[in-house]
Amino acid sequence: MKKALAWILALTMVLALAACGGSGGSGSGGGDVVKIGVFEPQSGDNGAGGKQEILGMQYANTVTPTVDIGGKTYKVELVYADNASSNDKAPTAAQTLISSGVSVVLGSYGSGVSIAAGDTFKAAGVPAIGVTCTNPQVTSGCDVYFRICFLDPFQGTVLANYAKNELGATKAYCLSKQGDDYSGGLVNYFVEAFGKDNCVQETFPEGTSDYSTYITNAQNQGCNVFFSPVSTEAAAQIIAKANAQSLGMPILAGDTWDSNVILEAAKGSDLKICVTTFYQEGADAGFDAGIKKWINEDATAKANNGGNDELAAVTAMGYDAYFVALEALKAAGSTDPAAVLKALPGVNYTGVTGAIAFDSIGDAKRDSAFVKECNTQTGIWDFVTVATVG
Amino acid sequence: MDLWNTVLPYILSGISVGGQYALIAVGYTMVYGILRLINFAHGDVFMVAGLMMVYFAASMPLYAAIPLMILLTVLLGFTIERVAYKPLRTAPRMSVMISAIGVSYLLQNLALYVTGGLNKNYPEIPWISDKITVLGATTARVTVITPFLTVALVFALVYLINHTKIGMAMRAVSKDFETAQLMGIRINSVISATFVIGTFLAAVGSLLFFSNYPGIVPTSGAMPGLKAFVAAVFGGIGSIPGAVVGAFIIGISESLIKGLDTILITQGAIAEQMDFSTFSDAVTFVLLIVILVFKPTGLFGEKTTDKV
Amino acid sequence: MLDKQAEKRKNLISLAAVLAFLALVLVLDQVIKPTGKLYMLLTVLQKGSVYALAAVSMNLLNGFTGLFSLGHAGFMLIGAYTYAIFSIPSDARDSVYQYFDAAVRVSLPETLGNALGGFGTALGVLLAVLLAGLVAAAFAYLIGLPVLRLKSDYLAIATLGFAEIIRAIFQWKKLGPVTNGSNLLKNFARCSTFKLELGSVTLSLSTFVPVLIATVCITLIVLLVNSTYGRAFKAIRDDEVAAEAMGINLAKHKMLAFCTSCFFAGVSGATMAMVLSIAQANNFKSAMTYEILLMVVLGGIGSISGSVIGAMLFISASEWWLRGLDSGSFLGINAPTVFRNGFRLVVFSVIIMIVVLFFRKGIMGDRELPEVLGGLFRRKEKKAKEAADHE
Repeated sequence: MKKALAWILALTMVLALAACGGSGGSGSGGGDVVKIGVFEPQSGDNGAGGKQEILGMQYANTVTPTVDIGGKTYKVELVYADNASSNDKAPTAAQTLISSGVSVVLGSYGSGVSIAAGDTFKAAGVPAIGVTCTNPQVTSGCDVYFRICFLDPFQGTVLANYAKNELGATKAYCLSKQGDDYSGGLVNYFVEAFGKDNCVQETFPEGTSDYSTYITNAQNQGCNVFFSPVSTEAAAQIIAKANAQSLGMPILAGDTWDSNVILEAAKGSDLKICVTTFYQEGADAGFDAGIKKWINEDATAKANNGGNDELAAVTAMGYDAYFVALEALKAAGSTDPAAVLKALPGVNYTGVTGAIAFDSIGDAKRDSAFVKECNTQTGIWDFVTVATVG
Repeated sequence: MDLWNTVLPYILSGISVGGQYALIAVGYTMVYGILRLINFAHGDVFMVAGLMMVYFAASMPLYAAIPLMILLTVLLGFTIERVAYKPLRTAPRMSVMISAIGVSYLLQNLALYVTGGLNKNYPEIPWISDKITVLGATTARVTVITPFLTVALVFALVYLINHTKIGMAMRAVSKDFETAQLMGIRINSVISATFVIGTFLAAVGSLLFFSNYPGIVPTSGAMPGLKAFVAAVFGGIGSIPGAVVGAFIIGISESLIKGLDTILITQGAIAEQMDFSTFSDAVTFVLLIVILVFKPTGLFGEKTTDKV
Repeated sequence: MLDKQAEKRKNLISLAAVLAFLALVLVLDQVIKPTGKLYMLLTVLQKGSVYALAAVSMNLLNGFTGLFSLGHAGFMLIGAYTYAIFSIPSDARDSVYQYFDAAVRVSLPETLGNALGGFGTALGVLLAVLLAGLVAAAFAYLIGLPVLRLKSDYLAIATLGFAEIIRAIFQWKKLGPVTNGSNLLKNFARCSTFKLELGSVTLSLSTFVPVLIATVCITLIVLLVNSTYGRAFKAIRDDEVAAEAMGINLAKHKMLAFCTSCFFAGVSGATMAMVLSIAQANNFKSAMTYEILLMVVLGGIGSISGSVIGAMLFISASEWWLRGLDSGSFLGINAPTVFRNGFRLVVFSVIIMIVVLFFRKGIMGDRELPEVLGGLFRRKEKKAKEAADHE
């Protein structure tokens, strides 16, 4: 018994040393390398969305694998850490990236993990570029966090206006996930713009599988729009139930729903689903064709995109984020995180999702969103309008 | 809208959820009745059954996929007992429970690895996924047939336990482990049979559950598993009819608490939302604690005394 | 007489070892920078000390008193929230409670810091941590009244249920002004902000503070276990009926063990909030309790040093050493198709199953570290002596 225990202990020691040695050795292999951290959920509730966002970065990395910094050509290496969509795993995942020597970090999909990891990035002075985290708290009070997407107050208002003016809704049913900063924040700003008295707000706990009662609630309270900007996992189930129970009102959601998961779930149903999003497929034909070709050639990429080549807006955002990072590295003239942090506020870049520049808080100056509707016959998104807040 | 029409849809969906919990709860209650073990891994076996179905349905026709899924799930349940619980038969009860928690951890992590952390969509099974209208409410057919199928399966099980030789052996073992052994009952085969029956029901349960709620993630089994266990305790652990009744009660209360705000508002009882739906999972545990405090043996449980 | 002296010597050695360890941590805290490769060591130490304290406090209940409770995550949640709520500085409060009107407007570190300077801030943090423990213990008392009468599995499942109920209550929107609903709490006094200014030198305390808190609390638990109360706990574990016959008040001692354990669970929850720099009810799920239980089992049920080792190994393996298994290459083997996301946890859970099945006593069994090290020493001495005798 004792001997066996000694063996276990010895084994763990060896493992520890080997792991240290292994991680130490991998970084210094040939040529100049600049590391960009990818801080995204690859599992958990937002795993699917995170993977689609990573696709954009990976594709960008194949398009432009090198960058010139201070007169020298560096190879760009993406370093991944899975934050597991969980706020308590986020700080350690962030620390793993920092310890592996990244110059700048991209991510994350989902706001909670970005808020949770903000402190870790701040302590190390490593800049982070939020890709699709729309909650205002990500950048407020965290001077190393920037982001290239629009914010919840804007998106919530756009959605509320759309519900009122275009859909003619008078009473809204708002469903969000408990403890989820993304859906909670968006619902909050939607309610503010729509009018608190005309909204029914409900939340569901993590791990809920039965959404049928929420559909019944919306029907019984006489609502005429169903607003549920939740993760795609929950969305697929809500759509299935809404279809089975003949919801009878349009469903409205934010940028997370701009995903082929939704299209698949809604195909063949008689639901009306509208979303606001960052990117309209077809806005940049070159990019669309290129990334579709790449996805179709790479089996893993295709699986991560949900088995087809329908583009999600977050993929386009991930693509742009990568180039914003490269711009910042070029402007910094160094791979030192501190220099990149200094250079970031001055970065101007026009990507496939539009022009990107930062304001004083570190948020992107964006004033328009695309509204799309799901075509349940063909299973693709139909462009509706470009919405702004007047 | 009058009260009855408002409440009816919630009760119907509660009965459907309850039926699914019941199929899992029977597995818990049988294992506990014989081994005095809370088989924490049972909910995860249920989840694995769902995942198997996803992968099988993608590569073979349904009439082959369903039996194969059930067969492999039963095999999994059997293997778990042989590998993780049998070696600990003489160990303290806590060790076996910890082993069960370990198996649950392993199954969840395996599922995470295999699925790559992505949500898997359950295949649509024709006929039972069709849309139908019952009592003025539209719903999927599976929602309606679940409780009936559950009750039928449980009747079959009760017959098996009361009228067959293996059933008699099970009853004997659950009454007194040692004496049953002395009487020449092969304990290990009886225990294996228990696990086989329990996992078979979990496999059927997963078929119904995921047809109804078609998303599977590695933690999908944890909450239904826990609730099913609570249902088993509520009904009196070791009692099969108790587990079924407990499961229906828990399903209905869960559904009602989710709709409580709406019911109260439409009836004019409250003007403002109280957000009771936050407690949709907690209500199960409130019921559990109430029953444990006032009637620790559950609704149908037999009283046991401590042996010194 | 001799025994007493030996005992005293042993205690002194242990004390010296602990102090040396603390000093080492303080030095490491200064030497390793957040961007450095070895910073993972500090991350592991921070998180490990939180879990070590949680595991030891669970062991006090499950290992020493024989009460199988699975409600730990719930009490840690209470601790984390209490600490966070009472230490959010006033200028950050409105941005944290973005959807609510904050009800609690006291920040202990800030108030005391304004009155007494740097020392006051430290005192405020300490008070908030103590308060976290006390609130958790108070909840434990209320829950213990109905629950502690239950036997083994029923107790386990009832405490598990209470943890889930606590989690739901803290997420209830109606309590939003206090708990911020289900949204996270942040910006409170946390590890990355702990610094000591001595003239022109600034010492970083971000790892030292959680390690110190854990060390002090674990020492207290050791003292409790070795006291008459501790002996009574063990008597209850070994045979309840016999213990009662010997005149031990079962109800009183069980309640004492339960509340003490939950007090320290609350403190570890507060420390966890400090380390993670956020507190959110959603993180304190029953899976967390299971993980802590597995740490206890890994280290050996009934061994305090075992729990500490178990927690440290668990955290280092899952957060640090085995990370390579997730990212394509491990031990120099490059196999991205096998070593992909999630493989780390599979390997890890297989290791745990092996320990549970084949090394049921865990790493330490029910012995303590000084005992084991002492045993090794003595055996060496004996061998040396034998060798000398042969010559």
